Amino acid sequence: MAFAAFSSNVKVDAKPTKTGKVVIALLAPGLAYLGVFFLTPLIALIMVSLQVPDPTGVYGKYVPAFEIGNYAYVISEYFPHIIRSFSYALIATLLALIISYPLAYFIGVKARPWPLLQKLMLTLVIAPFFISFLLRTLAWKQIFSNESWIVTTLQQIGFLGPDQYVVGTPFMVIFGLTYNFIPFMTLPLYTSLERLDIRYLEAGADLYASPAKVFRKITFPLSLPGVISGTLLTFIPIAGDYINASGEFLGSPETAMLGNTIEANFLSINDYPSASALSVLLMGAILILVTLYVKRSGTEDLL
Amino acid sequence: MRFSLGKFALPLYSILAFIYILIPIAYTFVFSFNDSLKTNLIWRGFTFDKWLNVCRDQDVCVAFGNSILIGVISTIFATALGTGIAIALVRYRFRFRSSVNLLLFLPMATPEVVLGAGLASQFLSLGVNKGIVTIILAHIMFCLSFVVVTVKARVASLDPALEEAGRDLYANPRQVFWKITFPLLLPGIAAAALLSFALSFDDFIITNFNAGSDMTFPKYVYTAAAKGLPAEANVIGSAVFTLAILIVLATQINGEIKRRRLTKRS
Repeated sequence: MAFAAFSSNVKVDAKPTKTGKVVIALLAPGLAYLGVFFLTPLIALIMVSLQVPDPTGVYGKYVPAFEIGNYAYVISEYFPHIIRSFSYALIATLLALIISYPLAYFIGVKARPWPLLQKLMLTLVIAPFFISFLLRTLAWKQIFSNESWIVTTLQQIGFLGPDQYVVGTPFMVIFGLTYNFIPFMTLPLYTSLERLDIRYLEAGADLYASPAKVFRKITFPLSLPGVISGTLLTFIPIAGDYINASGEFLGSPETAMLGNTIEANFLSINDYPSASALSVLLMGAILILVTLYVKRSGTEDLL
Repeated sequence: MRFSLGKFALPLYSILAFIYILIPIAYTFVFSFNDSLKTNLIWRGFTFDKWLNVCRDQDVCVAFGNSILIGVISTIFATALGTGIAIALVRYRFRFRSSVNLLLFLPMATPEVVLGAGLASQFLSLGVNKGIVTIILAHIMFCLSFVVVTVKARVASLDPALEEAGRDLYANPRQVFWKITFPLLLPGIAAAALLSFALSFDDFIITNFNAGSDMTFPKYVYTAAAKGLPAEANVIGSAVFTLAILIVLATQINGEIKRRRLTKRS
């Protein structure tokens, strides 16, 4: 690697003090910024999550305390939302993986003879990034709105009852979550599959492995780094998302996720301790899940 | 013949997948030409009127202008801070390296709602009034890590021998940086800046927690969604989309031309 070549340079090691100054000058401003605007907010979040209401009873005012009970309260109060967040995120991540894998395989393996076509298809994959997240979600809402031909047709053929609709159901929320995060899944899958050596597949086929076996024993294991980073890149933002599940977009009160409860507690009813406790829980749960997942799949160097 | 199934099934599947990916974009485009009234829910006929008079409803354009301003300022700061970190990480060995990597990775692994609520509770306890300034402060924070990742890839692919050659020819460190390192890093820095602007421009969740009463374009869409979004929002979304796609296509075609010229020469 380029780094190894440079670090063997004696000059650098001979003047450690000078290098030290340069490194500090390069690192300090950015790291200090993250310290002030990323780390201390997390500490602020933990502190607020332990606060109690102002004893004088002023609405929306809280005083510093060490009320662990806030956590017990939010867990019992919002248990369905917690379960919903993680189950929606799990389902949507799996759906995104199933939809993206063949597409990434086509772009990364089958389309190799045409590099320009590969690039164009990759542009199409990331095209949704260029239109506002909210606009594309609203577009789906209107496509599946109660008066749309899709819904009326579904009602006519009896798939939906006469007063059953699509918007506001868990199906619609998971559909929107899957759609919105497909690029995050397809790109890392593509990066892995693009490096796949086709000769391994040919060797497998020559040794009388069925296409299914070639996929199970060769293609999929070799694309595992892409699968891991793709699933992480989709699961984490989905678990915290509250656009798709919100009542103004694809959801209803029955589909509210953790993100919706955090937003409502923080911005509408000014219950800052509950919002903060829920945020800390969400972050903690995700960190634990991600660490376990990465450890189990044995790809720690990926981070 | 062994992979004959993949021959037709896979291309067909991919076409269907692309249609699925493009449907909401096409919908947004089509409804930007809708001769709608206040809301934009049913098709009432074709018109260029919304494109020609986007700013008739002042609110859309004010929100759009704010988003551009926030995007530009946070991109400048995030790119400058992130480039420094990226160069230090690839080019120098120092202690606490892994802690620095962890600190950079964490903001990307934290759900946006947590980042937003965290900053908001900090501003709350410090008694800071939320507005455009706090939005910019928040955006610099979450764009920073993405800049580092993007620029780092470019620094790593840079041949240190070029800088060494500069030093051998008696260039001082400043000259080496500005005449050799920086120009070679520029494509990576530009890519990072574009990414950072795109992230900032489209961010809603973190913005919503730290915006106070100030509007950005995504926040405008969110607020308007409840009572019905005017077609002007579709116009702005479609225009931004077209511009972004053109930039991406232009860089790709440019790269392809360069590649062909290089392969021809060798």
